[in-house]
Amino acid sequence: MQTALFIEQVLNGLQLGVMLFLMAAGLTLIFGVMGLINLAHGSLYMVGAFACATVAAATGSFWLGLAASLAAAAAAGAIIEILVIRRLYERDHLDQVLATFALILIFSEGTRWLFGSFPLYLDIPPLLRGTVPIPGGSRYQLYRLAIIGVGVAVAVGLFLLISKTRLGMRIRAGESDREMIGALGVDIRTLYTVVFALGAALAGLAGALVGALQSVQVGMGEPVLILAFVVIVIGGIGSIKGALVGALLVGLVDTMGRFLLPQLFGLLMNPSQAGLVGGALASMLIYIVMAVILWVRPQGLFAARG
Amino acid sequence: MTISRETAINVTLALILLAMPFLALQLGKPFYVTLATRMAILGLAAVGLNLALGLGGLVSFGHAAFFGVGGYAAGILASHAFAGQPLNLGLFALPGTNQMLVVWSVAVLAGGLLAAAIGVISLRTSGVYFIMITLAFAQMTYYFAISWPAYGGEDGLSITIRNVVPGINTLIPINYFLVCYALLLTALLIFALIRGSRFGAALQASRQNKLRVASIGIAPFRIGLVAFIISGMITALSGALYADLNRFVSPSMLSWHMSGELIIIVVLGGVGRLWGPVAGAMLFVVFEFVLGGLTERWQFFLGLALLAVVLFARGGLVGFLAGRMRHG
Repeated sequence: MQTALFIEQVLNGLQLGVMLFLMAAGLTLIFGVMGLINLAHGSLYMVGAFACATVAAATGSFWLGLAASLAAAAAAGAIIEILVIRRLYERDHLDQVLATFALILIFSEGTRWLFGSFPLYLDIPPLLRGTVPIPGGSRYQLYRLAIIGVGVAVAVGLFLLISKTRLGMRIRAGESDREMIGALGVDIRTLYTVVFALGAALAGLAGALVGALQSVQVGMGEPVLILAFVVIVIGGIGSIKGALVGALLVGLVDTMGRFLLPQLFGLLMNPSQAGLVGGALASMLIYIVMAVILWVRPQGLFAARG
Repeated sequence: MTISRETAINVTLALILLAMPFLALQLGKPFYVTLATRMAILGLAAVGLNLALGLGGLVSFGHAAFFGVGGYAAGILASHAFAGQPLNLGLFALPGTNQMLVVWSVAVLAGGLLAAAIGVISLRTSGVYFIMITLAFAQMTYYFAISWPAYGGEDGLSITIRNVVPGINTLIPINYFLVCYALLLTALLIFALIRGSRFGAALQASRQNKLRVASIGIAPFRIGLVAFIISGMITALSGALYADLNRFVSPSMLSWHMSGELIIIVVLGGVGRLWGPVAGAMLFVVFEFVLGGLTERWQFFLGLALLAVVLFARGGLVGFLAGRMRHG
């Protein structure tokens, strides 16, 4: 039973990890190419979840909802890029932080305006309901396994996109020298909008997928956003590989910490106190891991730029 | 000696803030005294942030951590004093207290220690990393406060009776305002002294060009760390005052929205300006109060206003009134 529980927790950690990767990949791509810190990335995650829940409720199909979440988040991303973000590339980080913080306020309050304060619910699609057996004699939710599958597929797709396609070549060129690719005739403004919309779509996808596990509500993107920041700080800002490694590390450390630390302290003290100390420490564990990694490598594990 | 336009504006701001509660009492609207106290306390918090952000160019998105730690210092000491149980810190036991002077010292000390711990790691990095790391560490304190049930956890902690200062009845709102106002002036004096000192010159130089500062033999890391610690101390002090004002402290004081609001206050008022944070706090509280009264959705309009300020009106209120600063 203990092994089954352990495997289940590892899978939960992986599932959190790939979700964080979807968020972190967009953030790190946007920072790498445009040099922009986007706090409103969590709002795009929320937009994806709300779009999915609304369309799924109206049509009865989760899959249409999922498509809608990608479209809505990408569209929202493209719109804010054109209206606001575009003016921020040449500004310092303080202005970027403030403007995107303002966008969070607008998105959160706007969503509350449109949908009310009550959370929406999104059902797991019938195809993915049920459980599958895992080693140790227990069963695991099929939907969570599917999320891990989607995460892996997106990671592979993103690597192929960036290393094999023309768009990927332009993105890489944009990361190393934007003036030069502009001079070579690449339309940078469009490229930036496309990259931003791509990052937004990934965030929206993550929001929609998680929306079926948790309730869909205003502010749901913020805890995820901060975890995604931890991920890209650990992985090295601008590096997709770093985002993947960082996301899996954060997902596993956070989940396993919450599972194992109370048990570990249980060897030293009575159970209720162990739960308390272990729980409190587990909630801080990823930040401690981040601090240790930064102590050794201030630029993160796979820094893309100096 | 000629008085510059900025000095004139600063004196006006100081007088307006001081006059507000007295005027409110004259008009029979005692609620506005609390509003003015809120302005003074948030202004104090922002003065702390302005030291790091304005002088040092350290964009800390985690000052809520210091604000909240100051608040919890006040709340925890008061709760122990009320229960009559000493606070066991392992090595030694600290008796609870309802003396603000002690509470402030503990808050400042705790804020300074936390700032030292966070600063030592975050200042190894810069730019966007610094923003995200300070945010992450503040979030760590937030989650710690939520998951540690001894002091209320998610529900927060009430302060049954406001802490006291010898010789002053702090339960009378105007007295408490004057206490906060006096501390605000003290902090502004400290800010002005630091800005004019050799240390302040080095701090501002390291904002502009770290490499040059290092090349003339000053370690920018140490300068930044000291500034960050003093900054955290001032903000922690304001947190203790804030907790005593509301007689309540909760994890929301540690939340990243609080960090964001403090940055907004500094920027609305004018980054690096002496009275900028106070102007920003006054503007912010008025905005919150007026819009909050008109519509439940005031944060939506705050977002729009903030966006407009960032995109089109840089320099903040003091910058707008007094013109651009002589140095960039």
